[in-house]
Amino acid sequence: MPDVIPADSVGIVSPQIAQFETPLVLSCGHTLSSYQLVYETYGTLNADASNAILICHALSGDHHAAGFHSMDDKKPGWWDSAIGPNKAIDTNKFFVIALNNLGGCCGSTGPTSINPDTGKRWEADFPMVTVEDWVESQARLADSLGIQTFAAIIGGSLGGMQVLEWSIRYPDRLKSAVLIASAPKLSTQNIAFNEVARQSIRRDPEFFDGNYLGNETIPTNGLGLARMLGHITYLSDDAMGAKFGRQMRNDTYQYNYDIEFEVESYLRYQGEAFTKRFDANTYMLMTKALDYFDPASKTDNDLAKALSHTSCEFLLVSFTTDWRFAPERSEEIVNALVKAGKPVSYAKIEAAEGHDAFLFPIPRYMAVLNTFLTRISNNLTTEAK
Amino acid sequence: MRSDLEMIDEWIQPKTRVLDLACGPGELLHHLIQNKQVSGYGLEIRDKDLNTCIEKGIPVLEQNIDEGLQNFDDQSFDLVVMTHALQQFRRPDLLIDEMLRIGKECIITFPNFGHWRNRIHLAIKGRMPVSEFLPYNWYDTPNIHFFTFQDFERLCREKNIKILRWAAVDGQLKDHWWIRSMPNLFSETAIFHISR
Repeated sequence: MPDVIPADSVGIVSPQIAQFETPLVLSCGHTLSSYQLVYETYGTLNADASNAILICHALSGDHHAAGFHSMDDKKPGWWDSAIGPNKAIDTNKFFVIALNNLGGCCGSTGPTSINPDTGKRWEADFPMVTVEDWVESQARLADSLGIQTFAAIIGGSLGGMQVLEWSIRYPDRLKSAVLIASAPKLSTQNIAFNEVARQSIRRDPEFFDGNYLGNETIPTNGLGLARMLGHITYLSDDAMGAKFGRQMRNDTYQYNYDIEFEVESYLRYQGEAFTKRFDANTYMLMTKALDYFDPASKTDNDLAKALSHTSCEFLLVSFTTDWRFAPERSEEIVNALVKAGKPVSYAKIEAAEGHDAFLFPIPRYMAVLNTFLTRISNNLTTEAK
Repeated sequence: MRSDLEMIDEWIQPKTRVLDLACGPGELLHHLIQNKQVSGYGLEIRDKDLNTCIEKGIPVLEQNIDEGLQNFDDQSFDLVVMTHALQQFRRPDLLIDEMLRIGKECIITFPNFGHWRNRIHLAIKGRMPVSEFLPYNWYDTPNIHFFTFQDFERLCREKNIKILRWAAVDGQLKDHWWIRSMPNLFSETAIFHISR
């Protein structure tokens, strides 16, 4: 809880809701007749609406990217380290929008929302959503806010995939694209991890084929297990080692299956905490969106071809110890952009934190982001003159 | 702009696709992008230089050249440039092969170790030359290969590499007749424009 709001915080923020009545045809063929998106904004939109930045969230993210909802908040938004006055994504210069994606569980229409056709929660009936669908819905949100062109669209991990899709689908609607710890598609191993996560949820007896809320329960064990697995893949071996090593609960081995090592306790805690804030159906949907994303599949598996019509400039950032979305995966995108002759810069940041590094204010990472965005902001000022 | 860069600027055609290996703070690319509508990328690994490039809007990629350039397609650039850096890489000979695979042409500049001042330094003092131009001690120098104008020419001959043109200049980029007549002795910087 903040006693005082830090000077470089966006302060107290409140989420807003945008309601959409124009039907949205999803990639899976299903049509959502109406839906809502919850979002937050930080900073001020300038007169010609040219200074907007869209933040795309990752697997378990939401619209609360920065600031506090109240003075009682234990923690600020998930990317508060990067968003705020004089921070890397400087809210003195930019109007920043963060939303909860469709299918989410934090206020945007998703499995826990009421299905207008039945009057009951969607639960398992909520249609699959893809990265493409998200971008489509984000574009409509931009329309509703009067933003034709974003100064930048930024995302880490799955968020980076949305940024990539934006650059392909709406080349004229963004000046720059920032993809952090991302990939042009999941690797086989990534899909395999996702499948284990999904199976652990689906095999929980409390899952009820996805209709657990109707049965007044939650697949806590399955979702917790999925998160534990995920968590291991977000950290590097070194980071885990540094944090826990072989630290033990007791001085001697207990020779049973209770917690012996601190890392076990940590994982159990992380798993359990997650089940209190996240919906299992949403988790499953998000992992499927990750699996399905593959823009090059539409252009003979040639990523350069898929990117040939992009017109923004790109910044890619990866982290040395990230093995879930390793630097090589970002470099696939970089190489395709070079092949397509598109403006791209790429920084490989030395970091111990693994995939999670993208959420940490690592000085060099923040400097690169800030330098890139400062120039984008300066260009806006020059263009306006 | 650094003197060797000014010289090669004249050799670079407008609107070409240029890859600048070890581009530093991007001086050359910045100039080429601004004045010759060149499209290009720089490769660099020093944080500070990368940031300077990003600040100036020069496309720059963090990539360790010693780990290979396989990610670049054959003949995918009109020109591959490497200024004052060849002496810092593990295998200059293989690197030149790679540069000529990626680029239709290459421009390479390097400090000529055969310059008379270096010779005198080594001959008289009996120690490795340290000068304003090569300001490092033997133990902390990034320059791990020392070679001369003639050495490079010879390597090109052995590899059947065409020398399209060359220049030999002193620190002030004066292209005096005596430097041109005895480049191995008088040039501080050697500049070669090569192709297969």
